[in-house]
Amino acid sequence: MKAIASLTAVLALAALVYFLGQVEHLRLLFGVVVPYAAIATFLVGISYRIVRWSLSPVPFRIPTTCGQQKSLPWIKAGCLESPSNTAGVVSRLALEILLFRSLFRNSRAELRQGPRLTYAENKFLWLGALAFHWSFLIIFVRHLRFFMEPVPRLVVALEKLDGFFQIGAPVLYVSDVIIVVAILYLLVRRLWDAQVRYISLLADYFALFLILGLAVSGIVMRYFTRVDIVAIKQLAIGLVTFSPVVPKEAGSLFFVHLFLLSTLAAYFPFSKLMHMGGVFLSPTRNLANNNRMKRHINPWNYPVKVHTYAEWEAEFHDKIVAAGLPLDK
Amino acid sequence: MANPNPEQLVQIDYRPPRKDWMNPQVEFRKGVMCYSAAPKNLRYLDLPNPREWQPFDKDWKLPPDWKRIILEGMRDRLKRFRSFRLFMDICVRCGACADKCHFYIGSGDPKNMPVLRAELIRSVYRRYFTSAGKFLGNLAGARELTENVLKEWFYYFYQCTECRRCSVFCPYGIDTAEVTMIVRELLNLVGCNINWVLEPAANCYRTGNHLGIQPHGFKDSVDFAVDELEEITGVRVEAPINRKGAEILFIVPSADYFGTPHYYTFLGYLMLLHEVGLDYTFSAYASEGGNFGLFQSHEMIKRLNAKIYAEAKRLGVKWILGGECGHMWRVLHQYMDTLNGPADFLEPPVSPVTGTKFENARSTKMVHICEFTADLIHHGKLNLDPRRNDRWNVTFHDSCNPSRAMGLLEEPRYILRSVCREFHEMPENTIREQTFCCGSGSGLGTDENIEMRLRGGLPRANAVKYVRDTCGVNLLACICAIDKATLPPLLEYWVPGMEVAGVHELLGNALVMKGENERATDLRGEPLPAKEAPAHA
Repeated sequence: MKAIASLTAVLALAALVYFLGQVEHLRLLFGVVVPYAAIATFLVGISYRIVRWSLSPVPFRIPTTCGQQKSLPWIKAGCLESPSNTAGVVSRLALEILLFRSLFRNSRAELRQGPRLTYAENKFLWLGALAFHWSFLIIFVRHLRFFMEPVPRLVVALEKLDGFFQIGAPVLYVSDVIIVVAILYLLVRRLWDAQVRYISLLADYFALFLILGLAVSGIVMRYFTRVDIVAIKQLAIGLVTFSPVVPKEAGSLFFVHLFLLSTLAAYFPFSKLMHMGGVFLSPTRNLANNNRMKRHINPWNYPVKVHTYAEWEAEFHDKIVAAGLPLDK
Repeated sequence: MANPNPEQLVQIDYRPPRKDWMNPQVEFRKGVMCYSAAPKNLRYLDLPNPREWQPFDKDWKLPPDWKRIILEGMRDRLKRFRSFRLFMDICVRCGACADKCHFYIGSGDPKNMPVLRAELIRSVYRRYFTSAGKFLGNLAGARELTENVLKEWFYYFYQCTECRRCSVFCPYGIDTAEVTMIVRELLNLVGCNINWVLEPAANCYRTGNHLGIQPHGFKDSVDFAVDELEEITGVRVEAPINRKGAEILFIVPSADYFGTPHYYTFLGYLMLLHEVGLDYTFSAYASEGGNFGLFQSHEMIKRLNAKIYAEAKRLGVKWILGGECGHMWRVLHQYMDTLNGPADFLEPPVSPVTGTKFENARSTKMVHICEFTADLIHHGKLNLDPRRNDRWNVTFHDSCNPSRAMGLLEEPRYILRSVCREFHEMPENTIREQTFCCGSGSGLGTDENIEMRLRGGLPRANAVKYVRDTCGVNLLACICAIDKATLPPLLEYWVPGMEVAGVHELLGNALVMKGENERATDLRGEPLPAKEAPAHA
């Protein structure tokens, strides 16, 4: 149900723009106004969210330790899994962000006859997530060619690498194939796995379908219908140089692509997609396990009511005497 | 109450119900819930809304403005804890955590998947604190805070042992323990708490320990242990209490001097500290290392923990040594210095026996006894005869907090390998940072909750069964007082015949003391295995 609703929503958005994009005086809306509004929402929104996170205090140092603490000099400390200094924390975060270290641990528990619990290796989610995020990043960087003149060398090199197999004309980008396969895997998993389906919200499907729509519209434009690249680049450069133009040659399909991107950008700050920023700030991952070495300050630490030794001694005075224990008073 | 037998209990249906989870519905059934806290305990601790009630009552006698209190409480905590706000915001519901929770594995209840446990409050967070939730409501995964939602919180957040296993697997490190701690704080604002947490907390606040043992009782049990040790070893040890001017203050969980098999570990400590001639003292005022504040609120952590530094200062010691305990060490390692420090009246800990500086504890000034002992063994300061433990084939259970909130993994293993001859690890998915909870932590280890404890303990027990069947293991060693109390009945149920012991009990067995008699029994009073050859020096 939720999946169908999300799919319908994305298709409706795409159809809407496909047809309205053909209306002459709405082209300015979809080519300029919506993208600007979306990017503004994106930038203001994620800045707001991240600033708000950063300003909220971290009262306690609560790393989840996944390895040996640094203690006695002859015991080998897990400097990546239980880092005791900044270099270790940075490495741990880098592993987490670039390679999804924690997801790599994933296993699948199964209760068999006996009873016997088994924990099988289960790297598919890790692989799917890694494939999805990395191909998205590569595609994003490749798109810089539309916004920059001359095209930076890094972008050209990345395109070459991405089209390494030299299949077809225009050359097939591996990242295009991978992202679609990865999204489909994530979708199918969400629908197929009873547990994951049970926890999924509408928003979880919506994000996947939206990105799938974005990818598919891009793929159709590149491989199946010929769109006017020059016109699109003109529009893109117009946007980034704040001298927007909407060339007549930019077709409806392109508007669909641009609109889905705008939707994604505007939706981003209000959604779970903020995990992109949040992962850097997670207190169980970005703090060193040096708790007993270095005092952590809690900015709102306040005095509390305690039962003092004097009160305790007064209450149990006779029993302390009877037990032959020393008294302060 | 008749428990289902193990064959019945493992008939677990993992298929989620057809109905959406957003409709709160909880059946409070004896065996899978804890009773409410007695009003006297709330009154003693100045906590709100003390009253007679039980979770299975229809009317929970909440304050009339309970909803405002909870929402204000959430707003306040969203401001004070980055963890809370972040964990409410960034979950993508990938489900990697789902089958990592021992309660989910043991019960099949989908709301025991860590992700869904957190969604129980996340949905309320969305409704009242995010624009999407305010406008789109249910469509955005948001729901109203109703009395049924509150009851559901109570049920499921007192069905999480704050073990942090899910946070190891979460790609963003979302820690359900943190969420549970916050929700329990919220529940406490309207007087929804359990007696197994608040009674120990109230006792600890008043007498200094969970069991409510008063100074003379404490003295008696320590004296009793000294007498018993003399019988076993022929050596009379000193165990001073409240002695000013000692070099070290020694703090243990109270179960160590009152519970079994904890008590044998306590004997092990006394032998060890005597043998190396440590100048130390116990305290009757700070006669508890454990801190059930951790299961109630951050404020209560501070209130109960304060006595440790206060007593160290009063007695004029140089540093503090801590016994075997799990959640106690989470508090000591991650909270004490922040809440009640700086301990600038103490000195960075140095072992008076080996001269080792415990650099890792230079600010908090508190050392784990496994660190202390491992250092002694490494420097050859102890005369050990591991053959005295030959009746045991040992495996080691990493307790949740020392492993996932501290990283104390190798020290106890090093000790065990030095004091026993048969040691086997459980499968790697069930030890170290991936260790499974006993199923009774965070104040849930009460008998009225026994069915849920047995379910939650299934993964741990099953791994123990594996090493029993494959390696002949017959003893589970651990370093947590709650483990020592709750693993014996758990194992009796799932893996009959398995015993549980503290690491320092085994050390005590193996320790050859100066001037000791020919040892006839181990610390449990069981005859020692027959000798093949004279003990090596």
